[in-house]
Amino acid sequence: MNPQIRKFGLALLVMFGALFVQLNYLQVVRSDKLANAPGNSRNAIRDFGKPRGKIVTADGRVIAESYTNPLANSEYENLRRYPGGSLYGHITGYFSFTYGSTGIERQYNSVLAGHTTALTIRSLTDLLKSKTVTADVKLTINDELQRFAARALRKRAGSIVVTDPRDGSILAAVSYPPYDPNRLAGTNFPAIRAAFNELNADPAKPMLARSYRERYPPGSTMKVVTTAAGLDTKVAGPQTLYPVLRSLPLRFTKRPLRNFGGGACGGELASAFRVSCNTSFAQLGLDLGGAKLAAGANGFGFNRKPPLDISPGAAESNFPAPDYFIRNDPQLAQAAIGQGQVSATTLEMALVAAGIANKGVIKAPHFMSEVRDSEGAVVETASNNDWLKATSPETAEAITKMMVDVVNAGTGTRAAIKGVQVAAKTGTAQTGRGTAHAWTIGFAPADTPRLAIAVIIENQPDQGASTGGKVAAPIAREVLTKALGILR
Amino acid sequence: MRVSVATVARRRTELGLLLMALALTVAAYTLVSLGRNATIPTDLRFFGGAIVVLLGIAHLAVRRVAQFAEATLLPIAGLLNGLGYVMIVRLKGELGAKQMWWTAAGIVAFIATLVTVRNVRRLEYLRYTFAFGGVLLLVLPLIPGVGYELNGSRIWAHFGPVSFQPGEVAKITLAVFFASYLVEKKELLALTRRSSFGIAFPEARHFAPIVLAWLGSIGIMILQKDLGSSLLFFSIFVVLLWVATDRASYIIVGTLMFFTGAFLAYKSFGHVQIRVRTWVNPWPTASGKGFQIIQSLYALGSGGITGTGLALGDPGRIPANYNDFIFSAFGEELGLAGTTAILAMFFLLIGTGLRIALRAEQSFDKLLATGLTAIIGLQSFIIIGGVTRLIPLTGVTLPFVSYGGSSLVVNYVLLALLMRISHDTNLKVAGTLPLNRREKRRNKRADKRDIETARDQTTVLGKTIGPQHQVGQG
Repeated sequence: MNPQIRKFGLALLVMFGALFVQLNYLQVVRSDKLANAPGNSRNAIRDFGKPRGKIVTADGRVIAESYTNPLANSEYENLRRYPGGSLYGHITGYFSFTYGSTGIERQYNSVLAGHTTALTIRSLTDLLKSKTVTADVKLTINDELQRFAARALRKRAGSIVVTDPRDGSILAAVSYPPYDPNRLAGTNFPAIRAAFNELNADPAKPMLARSYRERYPPGSTMKVVTTAAGLDTKVAGPQTLYPVLRSLPLRFTKRPLRNFGGGACGGELASAFRVSCNTSFAQLGLDLGGAKLAAGANGFGFNRKPPLDISPGAAESNFPAPDYFIRNDPQLAQAAIGQGQVSATTLEMALVAAGIANKGVIKAPHFMSEVRDSEGAVVETASNNDWLKATSPETAEAITKMMVDVVNAGTGTRAAIKGVQVAAKTGTAQTGRGTAHAWTIGFAPADTPRLAIAVIIENQPDQGASTGGKVAAPIAREVLTKALGILR
Repeated sequence: MRVSVATVARRRTELGLLLMALALTVAAYTLVSLGRNATIPTDLRFFGGAIVVLLGIAHLAVRRVAQFAEATLLPIAGLLNGLGYVMIVRLKGELGAKQMWWTAAGIVAFIATLVTVRNVRRLEYLRYTFAFGGVLLLVLPLIPGVGYELNGSRIWAHFGPVSFQPGEVAKITLAVFFASYLVEKKELLALTRRSSFGIAFPEARHFAPIVLAWLGSIGIMILQKDLGSSLLFFSIFVVLLWVATDRASYIIVGTLMFFTGAFLAYKSFGHVQIRVRTWVNPWPTASGKGFQIIQSLYALGSGGITGTGLALGDPGRIPANYNDFIFSAFGEELGLAGTTAILAMFFLLIGTGLRIALRAEQSFDKLLATGLTAIIGLQSFIIIGGVTRLIPLTGVTLPFVSYGGSSLVVNYVLLALLMRISHDTNLKVAGTLPLNRREKRRNKRADKRDIETARDQTTVLGKTIGPQHQVGQG
């Protein structure tokens, strides 16, 4: 019988060899594919149920945190909540099992969940004593300012972005209507699905972060960019004269370009800027030509995704390519005054103001100020990098003067703050639907700028009472006053 | 003197290996707790103590009544049992206490088997009792009021508060019956009359036993919907038949019958079709019928080479993870390293079992050892192959590792029988060497008892059966 027993042993050896080969196939060759297969929610669940770090504002308010699931025996030990509620929906984003994550939650997922290489290596040494090694993300947002800015919108659709032009910190970013990320957190999946569908179906688009994801025609605030292009290329200077006109006749069209309200204006570039004279800037655009104007716009960050640290990232602002303006004076004139095919996010226009404020250099905008792990060690800090060299310091200085004039004796007098010189530019952008967006961008104090701002209120009635100077400038004043009070 | 040294050395090896198994199990238990909540388990002392007591008693019993047995069997079984226990606690903490009691029951059964079965050939005389008992056990779950269906298989029976799977016990009784039956009939079954295609075929009527076994297996499959056990019974019978007779024709015919049966079952039964289809391609039914096997593959893939670490993975997503799919849970948390180690442990068990069979001197011992080893080897292959999609999935437990009292207790009995055979063989070899006084005395007592028992039974049965066995002769 022994030969048969030996053969049987050999057969079992072959069978176990086959098992070993199959295990190698599954756990080595196909390991990555199986681990990341769409149906394998291990990675998602692991992150979802594990404790995550907090998201905290610059002044210490916790706006996202994990708490222990009150339901014992749930497969998710920890859940997420957002004490900031709808005030921070567009910044923290949500961390949902069904819908994935957005915002800071997604952008900084690796540090919040605590499994980046740096964190793991640190944690290996004290694996036994530390329970979880997650990291907290501290934002540049100031909670007091954020709350104030949200109220300043007074329940009108629109947004406000306040940034520090010196380092690119976003100090406040509000968008109305907002949404509450708490509705998408937790494990009540049917309720979450209902909330998600409801928010998405809402025509007011509450999930849309108007501050950095929505593009609007920038209107006259674009004249800052047009002026910078003119000064940089020496096509124009502050004293360049423009004819006083009611409307500017254009080639290739029978429809001339009219001034706002049909009035006549012109004169020196600086005074045309002060009263926001459309015919003068349209002429400047024509003088520049499509290539130079587009180059100027691109220099301020148009057609480029701002490196804002949020996910999905900030939307790109659009300015047509030079070819578009060939034999197309009407569009070139429109583009020079921020109409036509030009569109910009609130963030982008805040960055335009910041670029002028910071002597022509736009700092990379960012939400994160620092990341600390659960033991208090700093993992990451904001780099405060330059993003773009938008214009020369001389041009920036010249435009600053013009923007100061706008506040002191032009369209933006309602942005003036007693005791602090504000520099601003207003805009009233026609939507083509019989309404206009009211804009104001600016910075303060004008000589040593610490704050840059962009305010937009959507779809105001297109009439003299609802211009950027009347609707948006007072909001800019309120918010800047508050910010100057808080941030010394 | 040389014998006593050899004896002590074997048991000393066993003790050393048991200590390693103990250390690994306690370390794994601690890691589970650390992985879960970063604390050393509070009941570590109790847990360590329980294992020391259980394995210690088993070891002492072996020293006393089977001191010549192979040294590796008990430590490997203990380690598989220990790691299985840790994984069960990690997956479903509330089952921990039960599994601990079942382990204790397993050790008691192990010792009881070693003590009562002083000579496996006694079992040979009881072959028809075992055959009858085996069939009765298999039928038990079908009896209304006693048997009941759980998770789609009617393989459970309960008496009062105790439920168990009679089929698990039947595995051993039928292995004993097969071995003794084949020892008796092997010459007859090996007779060849015809030969075709260069293969010698026995007479047609000698295929009767294999047909019976086949029908029996089909019966299990139809009535109890237990594919795994059905496959196991039939393959063990065919293997033993072949080992006993050395007629390849039995393997060929057996394989043909297997595939015929499998084909008929595939055509007739929905649950067989599902098993085959989810094996061929589980992906289209990833959230339905293919869910189980795909979750198992995900777990194995997510584990990779080194695994997530104990209690750091997510094997909670695999259905029946503490039972049939426990191997996949190990695959996720211990990776290829861990699964290879488990394969190696089973292969060591198989290797040792077959070595015992090879060295045994009596045909019955050889066949029984082969049969018992085949149970462990084939059953572990069937379930590991199933959860890794090497073969279609048929639910059986992973011996010593899976949760389940019946399986654990029966496997310990199986282990005791293997060790008993090993002891007998080694004792004979050792018997030619001088013994020390204590061993002489002990052997003399045992010899006397064995001879008397054998004589009694011969008298009872009224005729001489089996070769006269005398311990101590070379």
